[in-house]
Amino acid sequence: MTVLIARSLVAGYGPRLVLREVDLELRPGDVTALVGPNGAGKSTLLRALAGLIRPAHGEVTLDGIHVGTLTRAALARRIAVVPQVFDTLFPFSVREIVGLGRTARLGLFARPSPADGEAVERALDAEGLQPLADRRVDSLSGGERQRAVLAMALAQEADVLLLDEPTTHLDPAHQRGLLHRLAELARDRGVIGVAVLHDLNLAALADRVVVLADGRIVTDGPPVKALTPSVVADVFGDGLTVLSVPGDPDRLAVLPR
Amino acid sequence: MTRTAPVFAILALLLPASIGAGILSGAVPLAPADVLAALLGGSDPVTGVIVRDIRAPRVLAAALVGGSLAVAGTLLQGLFRNPLADPYVTGTSAGASLGAVAVIAVGGELSATVVPLAAFAGAMVSALAVWQLARLGGRTTVLTVLLAGIVLTAFTSALVTLLLVSSDRLALRLRAIIDVLAGGVSVRASGELVVAAIVVLLGAGLAFVLGRRIDAFVFGEETAATLGVDPERTTIAVIAAASLLTGAAVALAGLVGFVGLVVPHALRPIVGATHRRLTVASFLAGASVLVLADLGARTALAPAEIPVGVITGLLGAPFFLLLLVRARRREIA
Repeated sequence: MTVLIARSLVAGYGPRLVLREVDLELRPGDVTALVGPNGAGKSTLLRALAGLIRPAHGEVTLDGIHVGTLTRAALARRIAVVPQVFDTLFPFSVREIVGLGRTARLGLFARPSPADGEAVERALDAEGLQPLADRRVDSLSGGERQRAVLAMALAQEADVLLLDEPTTHLDPAHQRGLLHRLAELARDRGVIGVAVLHDLNLAALADRVVVLADGRIVTDGPPVKALTPSVVADVFGDGLTVLSVPGDPDRLAVLPR
Repeated sequence: MTRTAPVFAILALLLPASIGAGILSGAVPLAPADVLAALLGGSDPVTGVIVRDIRAPRVLAAALVGGSLAVAGTLLQGLFRNPLADPYVTGTSAGASLGAVAVIAVGGELSATVVPLAAFAGAMVSALAVWQLARLGGRTTVLTVLLAGIVLTAFTSALVTLLLVSSDRLALRLRAIIDVLAGGVSVRASGELVVAAIVVLLGAGLAFVLGRRIDAFVFGEETAATLGVDPERTTIAVIAAASLLTGAAVALAGLVGFVGLVVPHALRPIVGATHRRLTVASFLAGASVLVLADLGARTALAPAEIPVGVITGLLGAPFFLLLLVRARRREIA
């Protein structure tokens, strides 16, 4: 049973601290949406959870082990990250990019095993990328490239999937599709899914919403409990209105006022 | 893999063919049968000296230089995610030449191992400096790498000039200095070739082994880390490999431009971007290209010789422009 925990986490870049005292416990089977205004610390929290930045105070532990003490390869076998930046000038094929997800499982001299190949094909299937598998990534649209990078992270077959604004370049159908696939992974394979999202309507599809502002967690709970009209007004200003969906008390919609 | 197999077959045949042509042609034309006899030790003494002592070492040196520069270019382009990087523009070659000139200034060229080692040390220091300079602003970008390379090249060139004017010894070693600075393949002793070959083998082997980790740098250092690659350690290993290769190349041939830039750049659309394949293809193609360029350098104005750096500059610059224009057209289309 995987548990990823941040305790009294204070972190940032050099002297500039972005996160102030964040406590968060992530358990398998849940998809968590991280929302908040620009500069709230969403990406910083994701980086700290991934062990990419060292906490100034507090700690991040994976099953009780400090993520900072694990090697990069050991960490990559447990935690996969979908990056925000995925531009390249080099003509890698989509299948080669997805194959990078297996890097941590290959020794310096080892060749990819059949199991590695199968994991890559599964990831390509999951993102519907088989028709594009031999295309050069530098010739794809932004959305197609974003799906290739998602498939790369899926091929890591990690227990934790951290996604930094994974829907920026996706059309509405693919945005919802991504959240559904995340929910499936969480439910069927016990994956911990955490996604930084800007669209509160997408966030409302998650199991749990964590609202960040000024480096602190404002609320944390199921969407209807976390995204209340007063929280949304406090954090995002009064330009938004939160509507309940008639006949479905677990759903909500956020619209511009 | 099967799609690119013919390309590798052609490259693998091109190298021995180029080496053969390089040994056969020159100021004194030789027949293939005489060359074969000379290599086996059963020819007349003059042909024997020309083939064994002059042409074969020089052609093999040219192959090592071309292969090294092309693989070093592959490494640096992959590391900096920048198809415009190579040992020359990143200042790595300039650092290597500073190392080489510095030991020549104290008489070190009399020993076969010292010049390549000094060139390696100079290359390593300057490549590490460029890496640190390029990251100063946070993320390494195409522009910061090139700017850092320009700054470093200017600085090391100034140091080389300072050494040249301040050392009496160097005035007496002008030939050795010109070899280092002008880009001409020269083998002063057979020991030098053996040392360089070992260094190149180490560097190219390291480059091949690191290939898959360099692939993981495609979206930057942070993503490399989340894929399980330690960015710092890998960067230092890649810089060490590129410096071994550049050091050997500069020790044998001085500053030869464009091979490291153009060869990987031209091969990438043909063999793909993955670095293991690109490393092998670049070595074979770079070696062949420089053997042929050196052949041109020896025969174009025979019996006078042009430094091979002049040939690679004259051919490489327009070729590189062509690649740039084609890439730009594709972006617009």
